Amino acid sequence: MPTLVPSAPRASEHLNIVIVGHVDHGKSTLLGRLYADTGSLPEGKLDKVRDICRRQGKEFEYAFLFDAFLEEQEQGITIDTARTFFTWEGRHYIIIDAPGHKEFLKNMVSGAARAEAALLVIDAHEGVREQSKKHGYLLSLLGIRQVAVIVNKMDLVGYRQDVFDAIEKEYRAFLAQLKVTPERFVPVSAKLGDNIAKPSAQISWYSGPTVLETLGLFRKETARERQTLRFPVQDVYKFDARRIITGRLAAGRIKVGDRLIFSPSNKTATVKTIEAFNVEPVPTEATAGQSTGITLDEQIFIQRGEIASHEDSVPLVSTTFRSNLFWMGHRPLEAGKKYVLRLATREVECEIVALHRIIDTTNLAAREVKTSVGRNEVAELTIRAKAPITFDLYSDFAVTGRFVLVDQYDVSGGGIITEAVKDEQTVLREEARRRDIAWVKGDVGAEDRARHFGHRAALVLITGARHAGKSMLARRLEVQLVADGRHTYLLDAANLRRGLDADLSEEDTGEIVRRFGEVARLLMDTGLIVVSTTNALGGADHQAIRTLVHPTPVITVHMSKGEEAPPPDTDLAFAGPKDFEAIADQVMEELKRRGVLAQAIGAKPQFHYSI
Amino acid sequence: MDSHLRQLEDQSVYILREAYKHFDHLAMLWSMGKDSTALLWLTRKAFFGHVPFPLVHIDTSYKIPAMIEYRDRIAREWRLNLVIGQNKEALANGMNHTLGRVECCTALKTNGLKNLIAEKGYTGIILGVRADEEGTRAKERYFSPRDKHGDWDFREQPPELWDQFKTTFPEGTHIRIHPLLDWTEINIWEYIRAENIPIIDLYFDKGDGTRYRSLGCAPCTFPIKSTAKTVDAILEELRSTTVAERSGRAQDEGRGMELLRKDGYM
Repeated sequence: MPTLVPSAPRASEHLNIVIVGHVDHGKSTLLGRLYADTGSLPEGKLDKVRDICRRQGKEFEYAFLFDAFLEEQEQGITIDTARTFFTWEGRHYIIIDAPGHKEFLKNMVSGAARAEAALLVIDAHEGVREQSKKHGYLLSLLGIRQVAVIVNKMDLVGYRQDVFDAIEKEYRAFLAQLKVTPERFVPVSAKLGDNIAKPSAQISWYSGPTVLETLGLFRKETARERQTLRFPVQDVYKFDARRIITGRLAAGRIKVGDRLIFSPSNKTATVKTIEAFNVEPVPTEATAGQSTGITLDEQIFIQRGEIASHEDSVPLVSTTFRSNLFWMGHRPLEAGKKYVLRLATREVECEIVALHRIIDTTNLAAREVKTSVGRNEVAELTIRAKAPITFDLYSDFAVTGRFVLVDQYDVSGGGIITEAVKDEQTVLREEARRRDIAWVKGDVGAEDRARHFGHRAALVLITGARHAGKSMLARRLEVQLVADGRHTYLLDAANLRRGLDADLSEEDTGEIVRRFGEVARLLMDTGLIVVSTTNALGGADHQAIRTLVHPTPVITVHMSKGEEAPPPDTDLAFAGPKDFEAIADQVMEELKRRGVLAQAIGAKPQFHYSI
Repeated sequence: MDSHLRQLEDQSVYILREAYKHFDHLAMLWSMGKDSTALLWLTRKAFFGHVPFPLVHIDTSYKIPAMIEYRDRIAREWRLNLVIGQNKEALANGMNHTLGRVECCTALKTNGLKNLIAEKGYTGIILGVRADEEGTRAKERYFSPRDKHGDWDFREQPPELWDQFKTTFPEGTHIRIHPLLDWTEINIWEYIRAENIPIIDLYFDKGDGTRYRSLGCAPCTFPIKSTAKTVDAILEELRSTTVAERSGRAQDEGRGMELLRKDGYM
């Protein structure tokens, strides 16, 4: 066990390192040797493993020290990543040994995703192989910029410098295409201990650092706290009198008194306190990486998945983005199929709308166009989420610029966002955002109105063909809601035509819809439930209305005379002859389920509904 | 607090909050040892002084009596919802360590836990295992699925990246959640010192020159020779030792741990 030498500047510095490379190029051996030659193994471990090997009649290998599973030792391969702990010259390392076998790429990714720097091992005898390149590519995709290449098994090539130089030249050229500049190339023999913990007499032509010294030369990641704020909401707690919004800061810092805007809801509030348990004195700020909790000066309804920022630097909001993604699923990723997208704490259904190409990691320039992405393949694609999501470009913010896709029960793909793509709602969404940020609020907030009225604002949109009973239902619903003590208003789009829209012609449909949306938004800001039929508007316009009134809940009720498929996003559908009173009751039940009308919902108490 | 401890705390708290968000039937195992007690403290950190799920103790009936006293005192003081599981059938049939250590652990701990999971319908179990304890734990995930029999398929572990964890699973299976995976034994003691966590006194020498380094059942857990009477003294000792932490735990001998853990041991 190395003694702790407290070297002042990094007395408690910790660094996560991953060892990657092609199968059998000697990653586990390198790790075992590093521990053995620095005296870092627990007492008796080396003898114990030597003893097991002797009894099983096989040659001792340093790799056996960390390949804990019987199957790994029998097959001589690493199946899953091991976290190992190593201390040298006062610096602590968590070294992750990743498997190099193609079959276990998902395990390599799991290990490498946690790392700040990587040792990439290449066998001098075999040279650069398929997984050497794939791992190099994935390191760049995972954002690991510090890479040292360890050219192993130099003993098998007679410690020849020309072999080493050729590998360095070839691999440098490959990494250059990924815009990765390796820190250095180190010639070693892990098996014999050359250049691992001490310089090798056999490799006199090399005077650079050993593997151990290479670890010491890796730098700690620069802090994300100098960036502007990104605070993804993880949960909202109300265990006691405090209503605490929790999350982990992805970037920047948050201080008491900061004005925050939550995207995509565009709600704003000021930070009242930073909450913590057993922390003295009470903190007044939190910085990137911290799991924290805040309270706000006013009760606004915030949900998991929103991202808080300061008003002068807001994240992007769209349904659609372009990305580079690697796929680890058992089933191929297919264009047109539905997946669950998870980005920071947001979770939403999505679809691959365009698969631009499969990236061949051995020949980056190649263009292969397919309709699906196989296991362990990397692709460039465009993804569209079912609802607007908040994100950044990966090149700007790592944590809010990357995502995973879930296929059925499994996280199956990981990707980084390279470009925001405008969708048909972008113009209206930006208008709504500017409007919300500039909105002058009174002292009575939405939560105050909700408590007073016993319900939240909502829009009930009734859709369907002519004479399907839309108007009858709208009237009935307004009567029933008001009789139940709920503040409700029937807004027929036709009513705006002669007044507010008097300056418009029939062709100005975009503007007609925009004005309708803004009027509905205004009525709902007063706390009303707005019921509306939509004969005056087309189906495509419903999305525009949703965008303008976002994040107020929209409940869509579709009416038809015969059986017909309702439009997408329909919440309730009714066909055939109608009992309007019964339908109105069902709509009211739906309003309860959605948390618009007060009631306890779900098995777990929904703390964010204070009414 | 040391910046690394702070990072470990932030990660563990994040994991605990994810677990609470995603699992309606969640419980935490508490063995009264230093690790699961530090984990319990982290839970109070994550939920601002509250512990919003039950704490499960699998009582083999062979625990050191002081551990039971400590358990009941802390449960009272911190207002814990304590759930005690016991494989009464195996005990009635006379199960004990002389019938085989692995057999005994499987019957009283693994099966005791599996029975309780089935009875209570837990879908998420939070445990205080650490990667540096032994080889198979070094290969664990933060969120690690167990099949219908509670078994661990280490060949087919889910990918885990960017703090996106496995939180969806087929009915009948459950997820083991490991918020302490990145902590070392020394980190735990540093945290206990930094936060002043009330730890059970079996870890300290009370004058006879011995103390426990790892706690388990009385017949299979042995004290080590040590005169460490304070957390500082323990830290001092750990920094100069090369003896493995679990050297006083009999079930770790040979391939015991891989076989136990594959079958759903903690």
